[in-house]
Amino acid sequence: MIPSRFAYHAPRTVEDAIALLQSHGDEAKLLAGGHSLLPLMKLRLARVAHLIDIGRIEGLASIRQSESSIHIGAMTTHSELAESELLAQRQPLLPRAAIQIGDVQVRNSGTLGGSLAHADPAADLVPVLLALEAELRICGPAGERSLAAGDFFTSMFTTALAPDEILLEVRVPLAPANSRCSYEKVPHRASHLAVVGVAVQIEFTADGRCDQARLALTGLAPVPYRALAAEASLRGKTLSGESIEAAAQQVTDGVEPLSDLYAPADYRLHLARVTTARALASLAPL
Amino acid sequence: MTGTKRGSTGQIGARRKRVEDPRLLTGQGTFVDDIQLPGMLHLDFVRSTHAQARIAAIDTSEAAKCPGVVAVYTAEEIHGFVPLLPGPAELPGLRAPEHHVLANGHVRYVGEAVAAVVAEERYTARDAREAIRVDYEPLPAVTDMERALEADAPLVHEEFGSNLAFELPLGNETAAALEEADVVIQQRMLNQRVIPNTMETRGIVADYRRSDGQITVWLSTQAPHLIRSLLAELLDLPEHRLRVIAPDVGGGFGAKANLYGEEMLAVALAKQLGRPVKWIEERQEHMLATSHGRAQLAHVTLGAARDGTIRALELRILADMGAYPHIMTPLAPLQTAAVMTGCYRIPCARAEIQGVFTNTTAPDPYRGFGRAEAAYYLERAIDLLARRLDLDPIEVRRRNFIQPEEFPYSSPTGYVLESGDYEVCLRRALEKVDIGALRQQQGRLRSEGRYIGIGFASYVYRAGFPSLPKLPRTGFLKGGWESAWLRVDPMGKVTVLTGTSPHGQGLETSLAQIAADELDIDLEDVVVRHGDTASIPHGNGTMGSRSLAVGGSAVLLAAREVRHKALRLAAHHLGVEVDAVRLEAGRAFLPGHPERAISFADLADLSYSFLDLPDGMTPRLEASATFEPHNWNAPFGTHVCVVEVDVQTGEPKLLRYVAVDDCGRAVNPLIVEGQIHGGVAQGLGQALMETVVYDSEGQPLTVSFLEYATPTASDMPTLEVELTETPSPLNPLGARGVGESGTTGAPPALVNAVVDALAPFGVEHLDMPLLPERVWRVLHEAGAVR
Repeated sequence: MIPSRFAYHAPRTVEDAIALLQSHGDEAKLLAGGHSLLPLMKLRLARVAHLIDIGRIEGLASIRQSESSIHIGAMTTHSELAESELLAQRQPLLPRAAIQIGDVQVRNSGTLGGSLAHADPAADLVPVLLALEAELRICGPAGERSLAAGDFFTSMFTTALAPDEILLEVRVPLAPANSRCSYEKVPHRASHLAVVGVAVQIEFTADGRCDQARLALTGLAPVPYRALAAEASLRGKTLSGESIEAAAQQVTDGVEPLSDLYAPADYRLHLARVTTARALASLAPL
Repeated sequence: MTGTKRGSTGQIGARRKRVEDPRLLTGQGTFVDDIQLPGMLHLDFVRSTHAQARIAAIDTSEAAKCPGVVAVYTAEEIHGFVPLLPGPAELPGLRAPEHHVLANGHVRYVGEAVAAVVAEERYTARDAREAIRVDYEPLPAVTDMERALEADAPLVHEEFGSNLAFELPLGNETAAALEEADVVIQQRMLNQRVIPNTMETRGIVADYRRSDGQITVWLSTQAPHLIRSLLAELLDLPEHRLRVIAPDVGGGFGAKANLYGEEMLAVALAKQLGRPVKWIEERQEHMLATSHGRAQLAHVTLGAARDGTIRALELRILADMGAYPHIMTPLAPLQTAAVMTGCYRIPCARAEIQGVFTNTTAPDPYRGFGRAEAAYYLERAIDLLARRLDLDPIEVRRRNFIQPEEFPYSSPTGYVLESGDYEVCLRRALEKVDIGALRQQQGRLRSEGRYIGIGFASYVYRAGFPSLPKLPRTGFLKGGWESAWLRVDPMGKVTVLTGTSPHGQGLETSLAQIAADELDIDLEDVVVRHGDTASIPHGNGTMGSRSLAVGGSAVLLAAREVRHKALRLAAHHLGVEVDAVRLEAGRAFLPGHPERAISFADLADLSYSFLDLPDGMTPRLEASATFEPHNWNAPFGTHVCVVEVDVQTGEPKLLRYVAVDDCGRAVNPLIVEGQIHGGVAQGLGQALMETVVYDSEGQPLTVSFLEYATPTASDMPTLEVELTETPSPLNPLGARGVGESGTTGAPPALVNAVVDALAPFGVEHLDMPLLPERVWRVLHEAGAVR
């Protein structure tokens, strides 16, 4: 567990961090909570000549509300997400997923931005952001830009972030009135990553039908994805055994499932359907 | 107890918190990696990335050039000063391969040490290790025992012509009894390979003093004296100038009762280079190169009468020897055979053992060593029998229990059980779970499509090995006896030295309780020292659930002698006969004359004053004692596990776990319960999630905690633990072992529960670990779920 030699940088501003990224190119890597990067470095699966610790830049860890959104700084820890009163009231899907990440130590160190930038195909927060159609605020040498979550995750462990860009903030809309949400997860026994994780938010009509269903899955495919067909199948329906089953059957449509020792492809597909059905059932009116 | 009075402090039986915990929990322990010596060098290893390969070439030139690298070694360079490892205990007909510290031209498992590098800094050593280039010519490998015995299997050791390491039959004849049995059940059962995963990995610091040849070794070990003898013998070092210290040790589970190649090399290099050498094992190395556990397969045959009376039991055991068996590796299946009939009256029992070489890390003792395997086979087989006969599994157990009046009971495989009361544990466990209500609930839920299962395991094993005739190469195990030394310092405080070597068992507390109880002084006035061959004259270490029953008995005998001496001194001081004096609550006095008294502290002080002693009495209150157990003691118990299986996902969820265990007299019930908690967690880990998996090329796929699951507190239900105390007649404490009870009871209890839950689907057996996917697949293939 001894990493190869690296230089450690601790910039105090976003500008300095970007300058460091520019000068060290692909030899550099940003360090946020370190819960993915440091183990990879210790196992020498990742070699990073320049480690840029952005933990000392002020203002990157906050949760605040604007008119229609909640703004979450990239360095906000999973614990802070899980314990936020504001999120619990105005966008509870995030804390419901965050509390299921890893264990207490992981949640205390791991950050929202670190998890998103790492883009693990089994990350818990990625499907949440997809389902909520979050906006990501990114800063690079030329200034800031915004990107929809759906455009951010490009492939396994890869994002649309340029090598000299930093993710600053995530913006999620406030939960609509008359909506309910759930994050249902089957954790891997060893890693506690999601074998399958299903994020759901449903806006109900006054008479209890699904108006807008948003459903995203992690752990199943190289990139977490929105299950659009399943969402569409729920529109205008009440959550019944039948509508839930129909939607659950569709969440795996067209998916090339991941497969590993713990969950081979066929079992993973099955779990995705079972987990989706359970997530939806948990939203059904009592 | 045997006649002497019990102390009024009542230390024996008291739920004392562990005195070692404040030190360990606040980071004030001293582990091997905390040892820093001036000029210390760091050792690192290049390990094989192939399960079987010829080494065509090793290029160490780049590594040797790295700044800060002191030396690089391959098999060739250490040939002159590092001998072969001892190899396995010599069973009749056993074929023992040469076990080199660094691979000698051929590697036989992933993780085998190939080259070593020594550098000024830990980081440099790690960098240099990477600069060593090994050119392998890969060869076919075999990691599966059944495959290894096929005629066309790749050979682990070509010179042997097959992968069979040894064959051994044990027990009596079973053929006729099986022939006559009304019913015979047969089942292949796997006791899968697991990784011990001690919290502290292995580690060593070795220091050689050129001026006088003194060698000091700090080692994370369970048995410092045994290791010292092995090192002295193998490296031809003078034993009296060799000091082995086991500082605080973060767990062993059996895997640290062995001398490993890395450790022997570190000592040899410290001498060779004249500088201290440190090696700390990485977690991944631990998973690859520290001995594994279990890795056994059995074909179980059980014959019984229609009423459930068992007539005969047969085990055909395949025991994995890995590529290079350690000293104790071949002994596991012998242990299995010895206790294979468990707590039951089974007149005919036979084990046919085959030891098998594979291209894997060698298994070695692991909490429950051989006996946990036996309990698993038998307790599973009894459930299969009950199912076949449509009998209650509880009743089948009851019908076959050895009854209290039948002890001592000699089993057909030659093991003598000294005492026990199996029925009482079973009865208490059933009361505790309220079996009647539970079964009603099970039936009710089943009709609602929910699947609850109730699993039982009644186990017995053998603990605290006695002195046995030595097998060649097991000579390092000097016997089953244990020693203690007790001295009272001038101010009346007591130091106990023990030859056991605790590494998490709480013996600093429980052994102190024994001494404090006998001398009737406060627990705070006793300190227990262990693990240093310079201060502890000798010891056989901590393993096989021996330390309290055997080591604790030695402490009791030493304390008893000191007590008698203190009484004689007090009588002399008070001017009365010794029979008139009592020693109680920290003072000696004449009953009825409270003014005629002397405190224990003053008595201690007096004992150092030669002119105040009675004629012929030697100064100081001190004594040593040795205790030989003469036979293994037999801990037993019944565990009941209640699970609900989520048939959609295949996940078994623990609802309740009840353990009723008997370790004879419980010196500290809090510590005993802690041992049960830890053991049950570890046993449930094996049953539910732990397994080493190899791919077809022999690559292990479970080499980090990302893939290898171990249970954590959040995986555990509340454990409901109760103790019964049936004294063992084998030692003055009346104690039995307890360390391995949890890992013995838990796997069969859990698997029996899951199989019971799935009875409506016709499931009769599942191999461990019961990972959700495995359970789901069985149900899925049976068409029970989608």
